[in-house]
Amino acid sequence: MAPPDFRRPFKRAAVSDQQRRRELTLQRQAQSRHDAQQRVRNLASTIISLQSQEPDDAADVVLEPYPLDIRRASRMRGEQVRNWFARQLMLPEWMIDIPDNLSQDWYVFARPAGKRCFVVASNGTTVSRQRNGSILHCFPSALPNGAKTREPSGPAHSYSILDCIFHEGDQTYYVIDMVCWGGCSYYDCPADFRFYWLNSKLEETGASGPPSYYHKYRFSAVTHEKGLPAAYTDATPYVKDGLLFYNKHAHYQSGNTPLALVWKDAKCSQYVLDTDSTGEVPDQQQVVLELQEDGNLITSDDPPIIFGRLNSEFIQQLGLHSGNFVRCAINDGGLSFVEGKLEKADLKYIGKCSRGRAFADSYSKVVFQYMARHSPLTYDDLLVAANKPPSDVEMAG
Amino acid sequence: SFGVRLSFVRRVSAHFSPLLSPAPALLLGFSGHRRASPICRDTSLQSSPIPYIMAMEVTQLLLNAQSIDGSVRKQAEDSLKQFQEQNLPAFLFSLSGELANEDKPADSRKLAGLILKNALDAKEQHRKFELVQRWLMLDATVKSQIKSCLLKTLSSPVPDARSTAAQVVAKVAGIELPQKQWPELIGSLLSNVHQLPPHVKQATLETLGYLCEEVSPDAVDQDNVNKILTVVVQGMSSSEGNNDVRLAAIRALYNALGFAQANFSNDMERDYIMRVVCEAALSKEEKIRLAAFECLVSIASMYYEKLTPYMNDIFTITAKAVREDVESVALQAIEFWSSICDEEIDILEEYAGEFTGDSDVQCSYFVKQALNVLVPILLETLLKQEEDQDQDEGAWNIAMAGGTCLGLVARTVGDDIVPLVMPFIEENITKPDWRQREAATYAFGSILEGPSPDKLTPIVNVALNFMLSALTKDPNTHVKDTTAWTLGRIFEFLHGSTMDAPIITPANCQQIVTVLLQSMTDVPNVAGKACGALYFLAQGYEDVGPSSPLTPYFQEIVQALLTVTHREDAGEGRLRTAAYETLNEVVRCSTEETATLVLQLVPVIMLELHNTLEGQKLSSDEREKQGELHGLLCGCLQVIIQKLGASDQTKYGFMQFADQIMGLFLRVFACKSATVHEEAMLAIGSLAYACGPEFAKYMPEFYKYLEMGLQNFEEYQVCSVTVGVVGDICRALENKVLPYCDGIMTQLLKDLSSNQLHRSVKPPIFSCLGDIALAIGQDFEKYLMYAMPMLQSAAELSAHTAGADDEMIEYTNSLRNGILEAYSGILQGFKNSTKTQLLIPYAPHILQFLDSIYVEKDMDDLVMRTAIGVLGDLADTLGSNAGTMIQNSVSSRDFLNECLSSEDGSIKESAEWTKLAITRAISA
Repeated sequence: MAPPDFRRPFKRAAVSDQQRRRELTLQRQAQSRHDAQQRVRNLASTIISLQSQEPDDAADVVLEPYPLDIRRASRMRGEQVRNWFARQLMLPEWMIDIPDNLSQDWYVFARPAGKRCFVVASNGTTVSRQRNGSILHCFPSALPNGAKTREPSGPAHSYSILDCIFHEGDQTYYVIDMVCWGGCSYYDCPADFRFYWLNSKLEETGASGPPSYYHKYRFSAVTHEKGLPAAYTDATPYVKDGLLFYNKHAHYQSGNTPLALVWKDAKCSQYVLDTDSTGEVPDQQQVVLELQEDGNLITSDDPPIIFGRLNSEFIQQLGLHSGNFVRCAINDGGLSFVEGKLEKADLKYIGKCSRGRAFADSYSKVVFQYMARHSPLTYDDLLVAANKPPSDVEMAG
Repeated sequence: SFGVRLSFVRRVSAHFSPLLSPAPALLLGFSGHRRASPICRDTSLQSSPIPYIMAMEVTQLLLNAQSIDGSVRKQAEDSLKQFQEQNLPAFLFSLSGELANEDKPADSRKLAGLILKNALDAKEQHRKFELVQRWLMLDATVKSQIKSCLLKTLSSPVPDARSTAAQVVAKVAGIELPQKQWPELIGSLLSNVHQLPPHVKQATLETLGYLCEEVSPDAVDQDNVNKILTVVVQGMSSSEGNNDVRLAAIRALYNALGFAQANFSNDMERDYIMRVVCEAALSKEEKIRLAAFECLVSIASMYYEKLTPYMNDIFTITAKAVREDVESVALQAIEFWSSICDEEIDILEEYAGEFTGDSDVQCSYFVKQALNVLVPILLETLLKQEEDQDQDEGAWNIAMAGGTCLGLVARTVGDDIVPLVMPFIEENITKPDWRQREAATYAFGSILEGPSPDKLTPIVNVALNFMLSALTKDPNTHVKDTTAWTLGRIFEFLHGSTMDAPIITPANCQQIVTVLLQSMTDVPNVAGKACGALYFLAQGYEDVGPSSPLTPYFQEIVQALLTVTHREDAGEGRLRTAAYETLNEVVRCSTEETATLVLQLVPVIMLELHNTLEGQKLSSDEREKQGELHGLLCGCLQVIIQKLGASDQTKYGFMQFADQIMGLFLRVFACKSATVHEEAMLAIGSLAYACGPEFAKYMPEFYKYLEMGLQNFEEYQVCSVTVGVVGDICRALENKVLPYCDGIMTQLLKDLSSNQLHRSVKPPIFSCLGDIALAIGQDFEKYLMYAMPMLQSAAELSAHTAGADDEMIEYTNSLRNGILEAYSGILQGFKNSTKTQLLIPYAPHILQFLDSIYVEKDMDDLVMRTAIGVLGDLADTLGSNAGTMIQNSVSSRDFLNECLSSEDGSIKESAEWTKLAITRAISA
């Protein structure tokens, strides 16, 4: 029954600054946690809305949130982001036969050697992310909203996304395509429009200018329109790694597409044949395939191509699971084709791929590599096709 | 790898076997009086013949234990301890025998009683729990012998022996009555109470008072409560001739008030109690009046709604006491009105809140009704200041209490107080006597919170100049102290972006800053108040936009504050603390314009911190001061890091210092051997947030301190802060945190199963499990078998809140939120992995948990948002594996629909996402 102490706080702020610091910290942590979880969910909802896309009901609903979520995606983290970005870039198929109308319908340009990445400028920062989702650079740039400068360079939340290759030698981002600019999406525009727009916009903003405090790396558009011989032989400020062919009418499409093609030979690329982890070209061609529930080994194409099959005993013995990526060598039996379609592959299991692997090889890549070892598609073949006049005549009736 | 997994398993199982089934007590903490768990009796305790010779020795030991000679004392204490360890029942019995023995010296009897009391109770909850269990396990015969010794002592002629026995009886009752043991106690205390000699009656009433303090009301049946109150109130009445008895009775009533719910609902009984209390408040005996006023204060908050019929009388009594009585009594009389204000403020806030006037208690507007008479009484008290009270931190007198009460009255009645106080201010503010000027200023400062800005702003606009000039020119420091405080209140309540008419304008801003900075060179108490005023001046510009009016003075302000921290007398009256706190607020509220200046502050504060680390061997006093200084400097760095880390542009410039700052923090940690510095830990959380993945390089050195922080049960704030930092690190490092997870998880799981750790830390630990899972993804697999059962039992425990009070419901909701965040993190972490099937077995339980908290209908908005998100995560991660299960749950229908139509945007957003995820899971 000690006498109660009725003393009240006198001339004091009711909350101590330490308590305030604790509370502000807790708020920040709760917000970060919520943000982190929302990122995962937003990502999921993007993927869901893309997958559940049905021909009749969702066309206009889907287009809108898609690029919006890309802006969020630029702030995503971890494995999810890797998978997500891996799915956003347009990935050229390897050229295993020459398309018709090569001269008419296709741009060709020399591909810079370097790191392929998405460059996202938003909220005063520019972030480049490689194909595996990891951040390459985080820097100020002259792209709209790409740096925190005094004069806002665009609406506060607008964002731009460029498809680039970062070239180490001259520390330049070579822009090969434009996906979004100043908040507008160009996914569904044909390539010729995108390229035209890209060139004028880069000039306009000064992004193609020399580096400065608010612009850490130069952006440079590759020359899309000079034609095959120039692309193959002309000197470029960058080291070449093959040629890229882009169909002029194609929209920007995430993932593998036959409307963009890559070709290379020893003259325009240091890396024609794939090397193994030691940097050596292995005696036998190696391929990476994904193991399915039923034991089939498939490529990354949609729909996938089945290259072979592991029996269940073997799978169990090796401790493999469906979804694993496995490395195989192509044995002397090689690949056999019937009417342009793969009939049979003589494969030898080598081992499981490292965890970082996000993809199996595509069909075109395997075949291009196979051809490169046996009967390559040569520059002369391409030149012949390029000089061929347009084959189809306009039909009036 | 497999090796890691095995070693983890071994470590966990070696440390805590009760892990998989935590007792409810471990999670919920101890709330009041709890049931004892059945514990097997240890037969060795049962037979204990007590040798007489021991009792003889005990007297000498107890006297020696109070010897002036340290070595004698030490030896006696050791022997007592040894005795206790060797034979507890004999020890306790001999102590009670000593206490009861009239032939023994008063000193040994008193100490015997105190040791006995300490053997029954402790401050720390877990220790208290152990002692209670120990007593309950004791042999019944021994206990009954001890209890009869205690009761016998209540009639001792020696006052100290009686009083000590009264306390011990209450402690035993506190343990036994909730167990339905010692049922005859109250009856035996009350039998024949009227025939007892006064000293025994006094001891009996004292025992009843202590008993009411120890025992919770629900452990005593109404019949016994009635008997206790009857005896107590009779003892209080003016017909009781013995003042000691009467005083003991009033003090007993103070503790018994909590038992009197039923009696206060009965008009006749309440009238009687109130009459007796008011009579006692008019007694000639000062101690009786004081005790009676203490009862009135307690009644004011406990039985506010029953007071109407008595307020006229109480007003007369309290007014007389404030004006005429001795200070201790007058203070209680003022406190009565402060308590009434507290009650009415609470009720009116509830009216104004979202509950649309649905308060449980009606406001009787006592303060409003008494206003015209009450305010002049309070204003009179303001003139009764003590010399130098402004220099004395512990001071509490009638002027301070009166001003505090005036402030509460202003908050209760709002605008109505202004015309009653203004004449007093105008009359006194320019008087030559400093008491009058100070009282007027204090009155003004006191009424700044409560009345509307419309009412106050015109007055403040007139007064501001006067205040600024008084702050520099008044000859009296007491007046200056109050003036600086009043300026702070002006800025706190009338300055900010929400105000219609700004009181600070381009015309007077510079003058205000100049005066405040000049005041910072005044005596410490005035300088400290000036810092406080600057704190609120800065805070008012918190969301001012890209350009702040303080920008031109930023550098000057920072320099002045740093100068204050270097004053030789900065240790007096928290001056240095006030300066750093203000610096923190100035930085927090700064804009991008001054970002480079904030950046320049980093090396300055770093140098300060570095200098404190250079000291040679420190005495324990110096070490304590160093610790405080580290707290201030780390706190300041934390604020700066958080400020600069918030935008990429400023973060970039800051990162150049990151290595050095981390080095300093590690050295601060190294200064303490047993624990880690909370402020340094907080700062490191901000650093991790700013650094992102880069923080990984600091982990090897930092990790041991992280672990130390997680182990700090005693200072639970440190543990709590560290848990938050683990979350920051997880988000910064993502899967690079993996190598440290075995250690962190071991520690977190230990924390969860500890009964020593404060319960408030447990919800954040659950959330932290989610952070870890989200960071390391499917690598969380190896912890699933430990984390999931813990989550599951915690979930079961927190699913229902039947019969809990508001505080418990709030805690339960925070626990639910933590559990749900853990589930979210785990589900999201496993998403897109090949191991999602590992989670399928847990899905039914998670759904059941969601269903049951939905049915319970008492979750708060935060839990609702987290819960509906978990449902979506479940569908998203498990897909068709959980589709049917989800479809069959109540949550996926009623709960989801309720959330979809929620007015809270973030709940709705989560719900819409969840709906999408479920649709997909079902259709897949």
